[in-house]
Amino acid sequence: MGREIIELRGVGKSFRSADGHARQVLDGIELTLREGEIVALLGASGSGKSTLLRIAAGLIGVDAGSVSYRGQPLHGPARSIGMVFQSFALFPWLTVQQNVELGLEARGMPPVERAAKAEAAIALIGLTGFEGALPRELSGGMRQRVGIARALVTEPDVLLMDEAFSALDVLTGERLREDILELWTSGKLPTKAMIVVSHSIEEAVLMADRVLILGRDPGRIRVQLAVQIPRPRDPDSADVRALVDEVYALMAAGRGRAARAADAAERSPLGRRLPKVDVARMEGLLEFLAEEPFGGHADLPELAEATELSDRELLSAADALNLLGLAQLEHGDLQITPLGQRYVEGTHTLRQEIFGQQLLAHVPLAAHIRHSLEQEPGGQLPEGPFLRLLEEHLDEAEAERVLETVIAWGRHGEVFEYDYNAGTIQLPTGEEDDTAPPPTHP
Amino acid sequence: MPQRAEYLQRPSVEAGISRWDWALLPLVLAVLALLAYGASQMTRPFQVGEPLPVTLDAWELPYYLLRTTLRMFLALAASLVFAAVFAVLASKYRAAERVLVPMLDILQSIPILGFLSITVTGFIALFPGNLFGVECAAIFAIFTSQAWNMAFSLYQSMRTVPTELNEAAAVFQLSGWQRFWRLELPFAMPGLLWNTMMSMSGGWFFLVAAEAISVAGQDIKLPGVGSYIALAIEARDLGAIGWAIATMLAGILLYDQLLFRPLVAWADKFRFEESGAEAVPQSWLLDWLRRARGVQRLAQWAARPLQHSLTALRRRHDGTSIRARPRPPLPGLARAWDAVVAAGVLFALWRLASFVHADVGWAETVHVFVLGVYTLARVLIMIALALLVWVPVGVWVGMNPRWANRLQAVAQFLAAFPANLLFPLVVVLLVRWKLDPDIWLSPLIVLGTQWYILFNVIAGASSVPTELRYAAQNLGLTGWLRWKRYLLPAVFPSLVTGAITASGGSWNASIVAEYVSWGGTTLQAAGLGSYIAAQTAAGDFPRIALGIGVMCLFVMVLNRLVWRRLYRLAEERIHF
Repeated sequence: MGREIIELRGVGKSFRSADGHARQVLDGIELTLREGEIVALLGASGSGKSTLLRIAAGLIGVDAGSVSYRGQPLHGPARSIGMVFQSFALFPWLTVQQNVELGLEARGMPPVERAAKAEAAIALIGLTGFEGALPRELSGGMRQRVGIARALVTEPDVLLMDEAFSALDVLTGERLREDILELWTSGKLPTKAMIVVSHSIEEAVLMADRVLILGRDPGRIRVQLAVQIPRPRDPDSADVRALVDEVYALMAAGRGRAARAADAAERSPLGRRLPKVDVARMEGLLEFLAEEPFGGHADLPELAEATELSDRELLSAADALNLLGLAQLEHGDLQITPLGQRYVEGTHTLRQEIFGQQLLAHVPLAAHIRHSLEQEPGGQLPEGPFLRLLEEHLDEAEAERVLETVIAWGRHGEVFEYDYNAGTIQLPTGEEDDTAPPPTHP
Repeated sequence: MPQRAEYLQRPSVEAGISRWDWALLPLVLAVLALLAYGASQMTRPFQVGEPLPVTLDAWELPYYLLRTTLRMFLALAASLVFAAVFAVLASKYRAAERVLVPMLDILQSIPILGFLSITVTGFIALFPGNLFGVECAAIFAIFTSQAWNMAFSLYQSMRTVPTELNEAAAVFQLSGWQRFWRLELPFAMPGLLWNTMMSMSGGWFFLVAAEAISVAGQDIKLPGVGSYIALAIEARDLGAIGWAIATMLAGILLYDQLLFRPLVAWADKFRFEESGAEAVPQSWLLDWLRRARGVQRLAQWAARPLQHSLTALRRRHDGTSIRARPRPPLPGLARAWDAVVAAGVLFALWRLASFVHADVGWAETVHVFVLGVYTLARVLIMIALALLVWVPVGVWVGMNPRWANRLQAVAQFLAAFPANLLFPLVVVLLVRWKLDPDIWLSPLIVLGTQWYILFNVIAGASSVPTELRYAAQNLGLTGWLRWKRYLLPAVFPSLVTGAITASGGSWNASIVAEYVSWGGTTLQAAGLGSYIAAQTAAGDFPRIALGIGVMCLFVMVLNRLVWRRLYRLAEERIHF
C-alpha cells in the first residue's frame, strides 16, 4: 500500500433546506486515498457521492470531521488536486489550447513554457490538431478529452472524476475510459491516485481498485469492496461479470432495506424519498419481467442488458415496483408477485385500480394526500402545504421531485388529480364536472 | 488540419503588415483625427452666461454629430466602469448587495431630468472657467440614461455563472482578478452588449434634455445634435428637424456598422449555449480587422498589460494554507448592518416627509398622486392598444420567415430612433385641429416604446416549433380558438418581455410626451410626467423630488404587482 494522499476522518455534511431544516447528506465518512490506487464511489442519487467528491476537492467545507491532503488540513481547492466534471465545464470562449493552459496561466507560468506543456498534454490525450478549435466545434467525447487534458496539464497528484463519462454516449464513454486506463497502467500520467464517481456499476468495477458503495439518508459508506482482477480487465470475463452481479445485489439490497427500515426509521414515513420513475417505465419493466425469457424472475444485470436501461434507471424502476408490491427485489434479483402478474394480465381499468390500491397501501404520502382531500368539501387542496411537509425532510429540489412523482402515480391510479396551472390537487371528479379546461401550456 | 496551421502561423509573421492594413489606415487615421479635434473643443474656456455658437445651418450638423458622439461614448465608457464596479460589489459581498440592488432599482426609475437638475451646478463648479464642467453635466445626464440596465445585466450574469464553471475556476486556482476576466466578464458579454445597444437608444432619446440644459435656471446649449433640435423647436423650423432626423439616422447607422455590428459578431464566441446551429452574425469591418495583421498585432500589444496583470495578480496560496480557511460568519455583524441600513432608510423617509411637508404640503402630495394615476392609466391603456395592434402584425410577420428577419431589423432600428423628434409635428396637428391634449398627447408615450413589443413578438412567433404549427393546421384551428389555444400562449413570454420593456420606457417618456413645446406653444396633458417637466423647467427642487419620488413608487409598485408576476407566469407555466 502506498502513502496516504487524501484522508477524510469522520466527515459529516448537512445542507439547509428552504425552511431552515438541516438535512444530513453525509455522516461519519472515513476514507483514505493512497498512492497508486483508483477508488470508485457508487450510490443511488441523493447518496451524496458528488458532495463527497467535492469535499475531497476542497470545494465544499465540512460540518464535522476533518479533511487532509498529504498531512495538511484542506481548507480549499489545492493545487495538486485536479478535477474532471460531468458537464465538462469548459470555458466556451477559450480555444482548446487556452482551456488547457488555464490552470497554468493561473499559476503565472510564462506563455512559452505553458504552450509547450499544453501541447504535450493535448498530444497525450489525443487531441493534436484541434488546438485552435472552440469547444462548441467539438463532439462531447472530444470536449471531455479537453476537460481531462486541462486537469492533467497541471500535473495533479490526485485526479477526481465526477461522472466524467456519463454525459457521453456509451461507445464514446467506453473509448475514453479505456484510453485513461491505458495511460494509468502505462505510468504516463503524473497522477498518483484517482477517485471516480460513477453511476455505472460496470464502469466502477472495470476502473477501480476499491469500490465504495454509499447508502443514503444520511450518506454513509455502506460497503467497501476490493477489486483484485488484474488489468486490463475484460468486461465480458467471468470475474468481472461475477463482481458486477455482486455489486448489483449489494446496491439493490441497500434499497430494499432502506424502504423497509423506514417503518422504524427516525424519519417520518411521509417524508420518505420516492424513486423518480414514470409509470410507463414501471409497466414496461413489469411486462418485460413477466414475459419470456424471464418468466417472472430475472437477474438485474441481465435485465439491464435486455431493457437497455442504465443502472440508475433500472434500479429506480425495480425499487418502485418493490415498493408497490408488484415485484420483489432480493439479492440483485427481481421476482414478480402474484399481484404483479394480475396487473400485467389486466385491462387498463384493472391496472389502474390495482395501482391505486397499492399506492394508498404502501405510500403513506399518497394516503395522506387522499385522506386530506376527502375531508375537504370541495375535494381540492393547494400543493404548497404538502411541499412544505416534504421540505422538512428533504431538500427543496428533492421535495419537488417526490411530490411530482407522487402526483404522477396518483394520477395513474386515479387516486387524485392535479391542476398544473392552479397548482392544486383534487379528488378525481369523473362524472359531474369535467368541464375544466385542459392546461394551456403547449 | 486547417486550425492547426492557422494557430501556428500567427506568432511568426515576418512583415506584419498586409493589404488589409493599408485599406484600414485612412479609416483609423480619420477617426483618430476627429476624436482629437472633438476632444479639444470640449475643453475650451467658458464662462457661465457666455453664449455658445449653435446655429441651424445644416452644414454644421456633421460637426454636431461628432460632439454628440463623443459625449455618448464617454458616457458609455463611464457606464461600463460603473457597471463593472457595481456588479462585482453586489455579487461578491452580501452586505453591499442588500443596499446596492434596491438602490439601483430606485435609481433606474428616476427620470434623467431629475439627475440633471440636481447635479448641473455642481459639475459647472467643478471646472470653473472651462466648458468641460458643462460637458460633464451633459455626459452625466446621458450616463444616467445608459448605466442602470447595463449594471443590472452584468450583475445578473455574474450571479448566474454555471456552478460547474465556478468550481472549475476554483479547482484551477483562479484568483478573483483572473476569474473576472476569464470567466465572469466573458460569460456576461452577450447580455452586456445587448444592454449596451439598448442604452445607446436610450441615450438618443434624452439627447435634447441632456445637451440643451434648461434646468435649475440654466440655459446652456452645448454644440450637438440635441441642441440643434432644441433650437429648431424654438425657431419652429420643420426643415431643420428633418435635417436633424437625417443626421441621427446617419449616426445610428454609423454606430451600427462601425461599432455594434463588429462587436456583436466578435462577441458571438461568448455565447454560452453550446450548439452552433443559429446564424452567426457577420460584420464586414470585423472581417477586415481580423485579416489586417498589423491591427491584430496592435490589438495583441494593447492587450499585453491585461495579460501581464493576469499572471501577476494570481493566487499565492492554495487550499492547504491557513489563509484559505473560511472565517466563520459573525451573525451579529450581519444583523448590525441590517439595522444600520434600516435606520438609514427610515431617516431618508423622514427627511423626505418633512421636506415635502414644509415646502409643498400634503394637499399637493395627494394631487401629485392623482396625477400619477392619470399617467398610469395612460401608460396601461396605450400599452394595451399597442398590444392590440402589434401582436397580430408581429405574429403574422414572425410566421413568415421571409419577412421576419428583415422586419425585425427594421423594428429594432425604429426602437433606437428617438421618437420625440416627431413630437413637434404632433403639436402642429393638435393646434391646427384644436384637439384635447389630455387625450391626444397620450399616444406619444408609446410612440418610441411600442417597437419593443413588435420585435419581441416577431422573435417569439418565429421561434414557434414547426411541428406545433403543423399540428395547429392539422387540427383545423381557426378564428378565435386559434388565437386562444395556440397563438397567444405561444407568443405569451415574448409578449410579456416586450410589454415590460415598453412599460418601463413609457414612464420615462411621459416626461417628454406630456409636456411638448413647439416654439412658443406648449401643450400639456395633466399627468405626473408633465408635472415633473414643468417643475424641472422652473427649478423647484422640493416639487421635482416629490414628483420623481412618486413616479419611482408607481413604477416599482407596477413592476412588483403586475409585470414580475406575469413574467414568472410566462417563465414557469407557458414556455416550450
